[in-house]
Amino acid sequence: MAARYRAIFCLNQFFGGLGGEDKAYLAPQLLEGARGPGIFLERLVPEVEVVATLVCGDNYLAEKTELAISEILALLRPWFENEEKDRVHLLLAGPAFNAGRYGLACGAICKAVRECFAVPAVTAMYPENPAVEEYRKDVLIARAGEDVMAMEESLKNMAGLACKLLQGEELLPGRDDYIPQGRRKNYFAEKSGAVRAVDMLLKKLAGEPFSTEYVMPVFDRVAPAPAVQDMAIARLALVTSGGIVPHGNPDRIEAANASRFGAYPLQGLSAFSAETHQSAHGGYDATFANENPNRILPLDVVRELEAEGAFGSLHDTYYATVGNGTSVANAKKYGSEIAKRLLADGVQAVILTST
Amino acid sequence: MTKAIEEKGIAVVHACSIVPISKTVGANRILPTVAIPHPFGDPDKDPEEEKKMRKELVEKALRALATPIDQQQVF
Amino acid sequence: MAFERGDITVADVRFGGQTKLREKMLFLDEKALTDFLLSRDDRIANCLVSIARPGDSIRILCVKDVLQPSCKIRDDGPGVGRRHNLDNVAVVTCGKIVGFQEGIIDMSGPGALYTPFSGTLNVVLDVNVIPGLTPHQHEDTIRNAGHAAADFLGEAGRSVAPDTLQSYAALEETAASPDLPRVVYVYMLLSQGLLHDTYVFGRNAREGMPRTIDPVMLLDGAITSGNCVSACDKNSSWHHQHNPLLRELYLRHGRDLNFTGVVLTNEPVRLAAKEESAEKTIALIQGMNADGVILSKEGFGNPDADQMLLTRGLEKAGIKLVAISDEFAGPDGASQSLADTAEEADAVVSVGNANERILLPPMERLLGPVSDLRRLAGAWPHSLHEDGSLEVELQAIIGATNELGMQTLSCREV
Repeated sequence: MAARYRAIFCLNQFFGGLGGEDKAYLAPQLLEGARGPGIFLERLVPEVEVVATLVCGDNYLAEKTELAISEILALLRPWFENEEKDRVHLLLAGPAFNAGRYGLACGAICKAVRECFAVPAVTAMYPENPAVEEYRKDVLIARAGEDVMAMEESLKNMAGLACKLLQGEELLPGRDDYIPQGRRKNYFAEKSGAVRAVDMLLKKLAGEPFSTEYVMPVFDRVAPAPAVQDMAIARLALVTSGGIVPHGNPDRIEAANASRFGAYPLQGLSAFSAETHQSAHGGYDATFANENPNRILPLDVVRELEAEGAFGSLHDTYYATVGNGTSVANAKKYGSEIAKRLLADGVQAVILTST
Repeated sequence: MTKAIEEKGIAVVHACSIVPISKTVGANRILPTVAIPHPFGDPDKDPEEEKKMRKELVEKALRALATPIDQQQVF
Repeated sequence: MAFERGDITVADVRFGGQTKLREKMLFLDEKALTDFLLSRDDRIANCLVSIARPGDSIRILCVKDVLQPSCKIRDDGPGVGRRHNLDNVAVVTCGKIVGFQEGIIDMSGPGALYTPFSGTLNVVLDVNVIPGLTPHQHEDTIRNAGHAAADFLGEAGRSVAPDTLQSYAALEETAASPDLPRVVYVYMLLSQGLLHDTYVFGRNAREGMPRTIDPVMLLDGAITSGNCVSACDKNSSWHHQHNPLLRELYLRHGRDLNFTGVVLTNEPVRLAAKEESAEKTIALIQGMNADGVILSKEGFGNPDADQMLLTRGLEKAGIKLVAISDEFAGPDGASQSLADTAEEADAVVSVGNANERILLPPMERLLGPVSDLRRLAGAWPHSLHEDGSLEVELQAIIGATNELGMQTLSCREV
């Protein structure tokens, strides 16, 4: 069968046949045709033709990652931006088995190539390879054995998954042998949620193995910011996820899963009122907030405290969004954008109110 | 949002009714408030009293911002 | 004392003549229905009645509640006597947006797969209220109209022999093997004020919770919905009437498990109330000598905290638990799914990521307050395309991620 897909194969100095630990600082180089595992791969998966092999020293990539990646992208650019008939379709890297440095190199190269040239870039690793946690969300990692003894099955698996991607097929855990990428996706199960719940409970009660359908996440933490030294001169800002917006909701912030945040002036305002402001939040009974928006964002008493000198001054914009089914990723994004504006105005302290 | 602002070194006090959620998502300075539909209010109180309580809550928030902490704390 | 539940299957619903059920055909006197609704509540300005059948090219907008028409044939009090249900008929109430999150039902196309109400014969009431009502009054009007219409239609089944008749004894009277595990169902009811309420025997579930209740009461329609928001994971009155967990626990009672009872609990708005409610619920369950608990939910966000409080407390008390929840993992599924988590929650049934998007193709007919479609588009993660198709998150579809476990939808990591 004639090869359908043209691939670049990425290897470290050892698998590329250029040397051992003594060559670990080898700069990236591109060699014509297949080398080492690439030759084996062409035999195992005839759909794939290895047109070139990229070899890079383990330490070179690990220690000068940014430089190495930019050199690699420069080397590969002509191949991926070629005329249609000569264009390369994909990049394969590894298998890295359980080798940490090699794994990190494969992950970094695949991620960069995928982002830069928008082509499938697939690697293979042993699930406990430390690079898996670092790259599984960005890079498709086929499951590989622990060491070189598993070369044949690992190569087949890696190339097989890459071919599926090129054919536009969806990969599914359980059916395809890869490391899940941390994205939640819906599917229709065979049984209703109620039946699955009773089944799961009976197994749990009988001490039999069961699998939860949602593994509890571990949240990342941020170190507490230092306390405000002298509140009497500090600049304070108000932020809310409780959806307090000017009357009429001028930015049309959605009642749920808000796609934006609003920045609204506070200059000349001594308090919110039912006439000037309202709640755009769909997740709670807004009657009380609409009667008196200070119940959500306490501007009235903040102004009093400002006048009394309890803190220095108030940042003259407040920021509002609706925290109702809003994804954490979006909340984070809004937080960063708000933080930029606060820093620019020398704000040292924030009261963030939620419902 | 709290974390993304705090990352930049700005002290944030998260005023919210449901403290466990705030704890789980990792806010550091947490100020428990009244109830979901009215964190800084209580429609059952008369307006004067309600405002007094609101002011006390904000004063507490300011104290939290001025308190050095090395881990999550509920004020 | 037993409770009998008779289910009547209806072949079709048609307008015309007197309201009656004859040879499987439900005839509906539209004018008599609207006259009845208008005469009993002067807050209704007008009410438009339509029929939507499975497979129709119809989209129902701004749905508030769905109810099954039924009538009590022999009323010997709640949970005793006999009730007839029009099994595959539903009253769907809709009306102008009050709470932003009223939902959608598609009778055909890809959206139909996500809601149970694409499979029922729907009598759709588009209720307009008089001007000047508060949001509370507006919702109260429509909620009561739904119940009245369900009763009105249910009367048609009074003297019809049901297709299936099932008899249920009160739980304590049914024998079960002492060797089987004792399972308690903990039924969390949303009870947070305007648009987020649930009623037990007509009383708001904000009061008097937690409590035990005999499941036959639930089969007899003890719980009704007053929750007009959060379309995907609200438990409509129909869901309460058809709670799939009750069905499953009854089915396996005496075979795989010992269905020991039901505890109703609420999802209050204050943390102290949440903690107090969880503590009392746990004490009740301990008093029932439960080995295991199934915990259902309504809503998302702060109710996650109630679910986790109960999970933590029960697991610490040595009671094994399975919790049902939906996820809000963002449209790409890459975000955090729950607002609150607990290490002890090691057995969770996921009923789907409500943020996942779906493109709903244009439909020939739109029912409900069509003028609000544009508002829906702005006030909700929707986008209305030129051709009339609508891109929505699943959270806009009624019952898509029902946390009683009604649907087969689930979610996994890919």
